[in-house]
Amino acid sequence: MTIPEQNAPVHTAGAAEESRPSLSALLLDPSFWADWASVVGLVGLVIVFGISQPVFLSIANLQALLLAAAILVVLSIGQTFVVATAGIDLSLAAAVMLGAIILGLVDAAGYGIFLACVLAVAATSAVGFLNGALITAGRIPDFVVTLGTLSGVTGLGLILSGGEPIMVGSTFLLRLASGSFGPFGYPVWVAISAVLVAHIALYHTRFGVHLLATGGQVESASALGIRTNRVKIAAYTISGFCAGIAALLLVARIGSAEPQINTSLLLNSVAAVVLGGVSLFGGRASILGPAIGALMLTALVNGLTLLSVSAFYQPLAVGAIVVLAALIMRYQK
Amino acid sequence: MSAVSHSPSADAILACEGLSKHFGGIRAFTDVAFQARRGEVTAVIGDNGAGKSTLIRCLVGVHVPDAGEIFFDGRLHPFANPDEARKAGIETVHQNLALIDELTVAQNLFLNREIVHRIGPLALLDRKAMKQQARAMLSRLSINMPSVSQRVRRLSGGQRQAISICRAAGSGAKLVVMDEPTAALGVQETANVEALIRRLREQAVSVILVSHNFDQVRRLSDQIWVMRAGRMVATVRSSETTGNELVALVTGAA
Repeated sequence: MTIPEQNAPVHTAGAAEESRPSLSALLLDPSFWADWASVVGLVGLVIVFGISQPVFLSIANLQALLLAAAILVVLSIGQTFVVATAGIDLSLAAAVMLGAIILGLVDAAGYGIFLACVLAVAATSAVGFLNGALITAGRIPDFVVTLGTLSGVTGLGLILSGGEPIMVGSTFLLRLASGSFGPFGYPVWVAISAVLVAHIALYHTRFGVHLLATGGQVESASALGIRTNRVKIAAYTISGFCAGIAALLLVARIGSAEPQINTSLLLNSVAAVVLGGVSLFGGRASILGPAIGALMLTALVNGLTLLSVSAFYQPLAVGAIVVLAALIMRYQK
Repeated sequence: MSAVSHSPSADAILACEGLSKHFGGIRAFTDVAFQARRGEVTAVIGDNGAGKSTLIRCLVGVHVPDAGEIFFDGRLHPFANPDEARKAGIETVHQNLALIDELTVAQNLFLNREIVHRIGPLALLDRKAMKQQARAMLSRLSINMPSVSQRVRRLSGGQRQAISICRAAGSGAKLVVMDEPTAALGVQETANVEALIRRLREQAVSVILVSHNFDQVRRLSDQIWVMRAGRMVATVRSSETTGNELVALVTGAA
């Protein structure tokens, strides 16, 4: 039996208190701003644009903003899963293009829009799986692999399409793009569902914990029997799947499959992830953060357009905000 | 010893006979016989390069021995990998502790054995149950942790060691293997971890302890095994030995 003295608490020093810090302490803590960068940025932008251009806050504009943000939100979620494993998916926008091309080709060949959508998502998921397999089995750095698939997938898209845009006149996609349920258009609902599903996957499943463990300390995770390679492959496959969903939304939005990469989609997906407080070193992630980050970047472009600022300034503004967010992120605990 | 030849005594939780391991031309250890008794703290000591860490790694399945037999819990049990050893009931406290900094104390304690509740095809984490059981696991070993929802990153070296040991002991392990558990700790934290190991023993958990520290070994263990230059050269009861005798056995001066 133990005697009370022996049973005394083992550790007394170095313990952090559980009580919540006061509001003023919270506001002075740089880590608070780092965690909530995307929310703070979004609120700031809404206030600034709302005052300088009241049209910004009109229902019609807000609905248009959300519609425009839906694609980026879905892509940012995919990127988040990869970044959480301390990786990066540079092939994301290329996969979107490939998905769109395949959708257009299968639809044009008369196999029906349903099969076209399924094959498009399957193809982008396969690209993600290939990324993951090359990174884990081939032991090649994520940066190199996804840069390679970025180029390879782009080439494949050009070869398949012959470099020509493919018109997609599907009523299903037209309804997806323009229809709405309640206050939001269908694409917004797609994005909201993606956020919900991804949030549950990250925070309420074993996969989510294993994903963060793999991104945090890969040796420790595998020492405890977590199959870290499988987790990484799954993360890249999810990223590819999200690219496929984004491809559907994109084709629905513009009515055709364009054989060109929207590089700003790739850069903005990484930017949204950084703004959302996800650590680029892995192990720390949220879904709401990047989603709001994507919303914020879209609001920035939307507001600047309303203020008649030349489109040439938009990349500059996005770049400045991302670097600023990354600087604040250094204070994240 | 038991009546059956070639099998270890019945009160051994883990035993090996004729165990050898070579890495290419380099001999890690040869023809080692060893056993750890149920409910005891068994120490393995030896100089750097004596082969103790490699021996431990063979016993828990990290390395596969070239020759010899390993018995666990009375049965012949060669482990092909650490996962098999873990499933059989051997938990290892890794030298790097195998903690994930960005996860909470509770998440670390239940890493890869998370509690889930099923809703149809969905298996969702039961975070409440894990937190509750994490608190129970910590308090059973009298580990004072302000909150199980705290990230491990913010904990001290001793607290991290405590969590790692708690995870190993808390999973219903029959045997906990620790390789130099206090090597990187200060005086006070070392005392805390030693108290923790005593508490494990009081709760009848068998422990194998690898250590450099002869005083610590005499304080904590029941039986001491001495390795020198890849061979098991002696075994003594801790209560019947002295520091000088251990030094002599380890250096070969005896």
